[in-house]
Amino acid sequence: MKKNDVILQTVTNVVVFMIFLFSLQVFFSGHYHPGGGFIGGLMTSGAIVLLLLAYDIKTVSKIIPIDYKLLIGIGLFFAVATGAGSLLFNVPFLTHAFSHFDLPILGETSLHTAVLFDTGVYLVVIGVTMTIIQTIGEGE
Amino acid sequence: MEEWFSQKRRIFIIDFQFVETAIFDSYFIHQGGIFLSLLHLAIFLPFIMAVFVPFLYKGFRKIHTGWFVLIVPALLFGYFLHFIPTVRENEIIKRTIHWIPSLKIDFTAYLDGLSLLFALLITGIGTLVVFYSIFYLSKKREQLHNFYVYLLIFMGAMLGVVLSDNLISLYTFWEFTSLSSFLLIGYWYQRDGSRYGAQKSMLITVFGGLSMLGGIFLLYNMAGTFSIRELITHKELIMASPLFIPSMLLILLGAFTKSAQFPFYIWLPDAMEAPTPVSAYLHSATMVKAGIYLVARMSPVYAESPVWLWIIGSFGIFTMFWASFNAIKQTDLKGILAFSTVSQLGLIMSLLGVGAAALHYKDMDENIFIVATAAAVFHLINHATFKGALFMVAGIIDHETGTRDIRKLGGLMGLMPITFTIALIGSFSMAGLPPFNGFLSKEMFFTGMVRVTEMDLFSLDTWGLLFPIIAWVGSIFTFLYSIMLFFRTFTGKLQMDKLERKPHEAPAGMLAPPIILAALMIIFGFFPNILTYNIIEPAVGAILPELLEPGEHFVGHISFWHGPGIELFMTIGVIALGVVLYLTLSKWGKIYSWFPDKLTFNHLYDQIIKWLESGAKSITKGYMTGFIRSYLVYIFLFFIVISGVTLITKDAFKIDVSNIAPIGVYEVVLALIIVIGSATILLAKSRLTSIIALGAVGYTVSLFFVIFRAPDLALTQLVIETVSVALFLLAFYHLPPLNKHEKGIGFKLGNALISIGVGVIVTLVAISAHSNKLFDSIAKYYIENTHDKAGGENMVNVILVDFRGFDTMFEICVLGIAALGIFGMIRLRLTNEGGKTNEKK
Repeated sequence: MKKNDVILQTVTNVVVFMIFLFSLQVFFSGHYHPGGGFIGGLMTSGAIVLLLLAYDIKTVSKIIPIDYKLLIGIGLFFAVATGAGSLLFNVPFLTHAFSHFDLPILGETSLHTAVLFDTGVYLVVIGVTMTIIQTIGEGE
Repeated sequence: MEEWFSQKRRIFIIDFQFVETAIFDSYFIHQGGIFLSLLHLAIFLPFIMAVFVPFLYKGFRKIHTGWFVLIVPALLFGYFLHFIPTVRENEIIKRTIHWIPSLKIDFTAYLDGLSLLFALLITGIGTLVVFYSIFYLSKKREQLHNFYVYLLIFMGAMLGVVLSDNLISLYTFWEFTSLSSFLLIGYWYQRDGSRYGAQKSMLITVFGGLSMLGGIFLLYNMAGTFSIRELITHKELIMASPLFIPSMLLILLGAFTKSAQFPFYIWLPDAMEAPTPVSAYLHSATMVKAGIYLVARMSPVYAESPVWLWIIGSFGIFTMFWASFNAIKQTDLKGILAFSTVSQLGLIMSLLGVGAAALHYKDMDENIFIVATAAAVFHLINHATFKGALFMVAGIIDHETGTRDIRKLGGLMGLMPITFTIALIGSFSMAGLPPFNGFLSKEMFFTGMVRVTEMDLFSLDTWGLLFPIIAWVGSIFTFLYSIMLFFRTFTGKLQMDKLERKPHEAPAGMLAPPIILAALMIIFGFFPNILTYNIIEPAVGAILPELLEPGEHFVGHISFWHGPGIELFMTIGVIALGVVLYLTLSKWGKIYSWFPDKLTFNHLYDQIIKWLESGAKSITKGYMTGFIRSYLVYIFLFFIVISGVTLITKDAFKIDVSNIAPIGVYEVVLALIIVIGSATILLAKSRLTSIIALGAVGYTVSLFFVIFRAPDLALTQLVIETVSVALFLLAFYHLPPLNKHEKGIGFKLGNALISIGVGVIVTLVAISAHSNKLFDSIAKYYIENTHDKAGGENMVNVILVDFRGFDTMFEICVLGIAALGIFGMIRLRLTNEGGKTNEKK
């Protein structure tokens, strides 16, 4: 029954990384260019979905042994913890801080606590999308 | 004689006043402004005792719980007795506990002649009833703790009603009496009749109680106080208000339902399912008189209005006639007594109404109209004595023979001589025969009614003649059922075969309370002036406060009770006609079968209950169709109507084209694509076509985002549209083959009109909103501060994670919940197989 998907799988192997890198690029540049945690997360899930299409669920969960429901929790924790962290500095909930640093390899870089928050969004979106797709896929 | 009396009285007064000031100005709890006086404690004592009754019941199984309970009313009766000398001088005792001061709701205990009369009735009859119930209710078979808890709650509530000055606390206790009465009527809750009677009395009295609450609020609206005392001082204000009549009608509704006046009397005969002590206490001596109390209490506020006189007078007198007329056809002893109670209450009510006329003749030297009010108070006491005794007699007969049906009874005279004597005194007093107390108050009743014709106000000089006539006819029937009750039970042939057990005289304990009441009937009959000075005068003074200066008396109305007058001839006529009617009862008794059952108020009540139930059911069934389609129609119709009406009535529609951007070619083309896509969705035969058209619309929207320079939205829209189309296809693929009809949606004119309506309304609202920009956008702030304050360049993202990150936080929560929900729905399938819930993978 199973057909030979050699072309698809080969192309997938290459393209997945491109998509993943692009999604990371979209995620990290969110604060300055179009993009951000939401669309980045969706694209990362897109990459995983492509894997799912080329292979099957079992294989993919072997390649990426992640419980996506846990990912939702971790993401929510990131978002809430970023907000709650600001309370430690005696400022209102979800007050962000940013500054420019001179990092060893990257040179002068601006670091922003909003990235941590966006990471939360990113992880939640991946978790949500993958949970839905995986659940429905396994459902029948 | 007269002189001696007044002298004697004066000596008493001096003594007691001294004691009064010594005892009653010393509050025994005084803490943080809360005064708990002895008077308050008297009201709360039954409630407090009610808490302990179950423990006493469980702890002392060998002693009848009633003995413990008996202490409470006896103590209270003694306590209230000693107020008589104070109150006789029209002095008033007033104690206040602040309850909710910010709402002007206090618990003010207020004791004047009227309150004292009722308090004495409640505690006095209460003592006798509790004593009687000790012998009536079996220690082994009955749940005595329930009985006495309910009875004590009732007693306390009733004391609260008559001693409250604040209308809200009065109302609170009022509903307590309804509630405890409901519990007592349903005491034998295993019987259908008990439950039916309890429900009926509850519905009717609570209906009246709530009306009364409305009346109380109207009064508050007019005068700004809940205190009856203060209401009386604001009388002018209240009488001038347009709310005067509505508030009066609402309060009277409360009084009439409680006091079983026409046409609300129907609950009382059904309340006879209660144990007999309860019937004797609640449904003859106390609770049904709460309405009378309310009318008497509110008299100073309302009585000057002609509406008051007419409503109370006419409803009372008609109730009196109607109930006595209907009492004849009853066959149950308690049924007769129930109708008799209704009739007597009507009598008292009518006297209170007619007594209001006294206020209009203030200047007369001798105000002959006060007699009606005095008669009302006097008859109130008399009725409590003879009706209490008769109920107890009925209970004894029930207890000793096993039946209360007068068709089965007869010839008990020789077997139960003491009961026979009590019944004789009671029923003759009720019939209004000398030398018992009922005779005196009946005479005064006739006097009061005859004098209605002498009044020259409110067109009473023409219609007033009806009052004495109806009163006289009613009295004939009263006489008739009284002697019928007596002779049918005690004379004639003993029908042993129909009785359940062999009748014999009741135990002494059961006989004692009715003997005391019978003795009182005779004492009051021969020495009515004991009551006149001590009880009746202060009570009349409380009902008609304007007529009586403090310390002034109108002694002597009852003392000239003998002497031939029109009243005496009326009484002779009543007796003569009554005897004739009794002897010929078998001939004219058929007229009762002329009334078909369908024309009775009971039938009406049952029908109303049935109509309400079936009506509510059919209405609910009518619009709660169970189809989500119908509910959507309601929601959209509501939206169209509300928004449309607002747009039209407020003249809100406005078009302002000055602020419109030029329309480009791209936008027109994309809009056309969206229109075509939407039309395709609606008209497509296949669902697949619809899904793809929906996808097309979604992608076009993302193109719109591109054109309107929203790259983040465009990206997200593209991906999300892809995902949702995929999910739609998934749903499509799994449609069950059986119902997979591949045809277009049908056309329904209603749906089309509603959807067009919604579209038009939304468009109009959007255009109006765009044309009515009242303030500048706050977007400028974000544009200026995105870089400086948030350290970003992408304004959309900065708003999402920084300026308004709180929203985003909860949106990702929503996503998480949705994912877990889907996971839960698919993974956790709890199926109900074989009565067990199994988790199925």
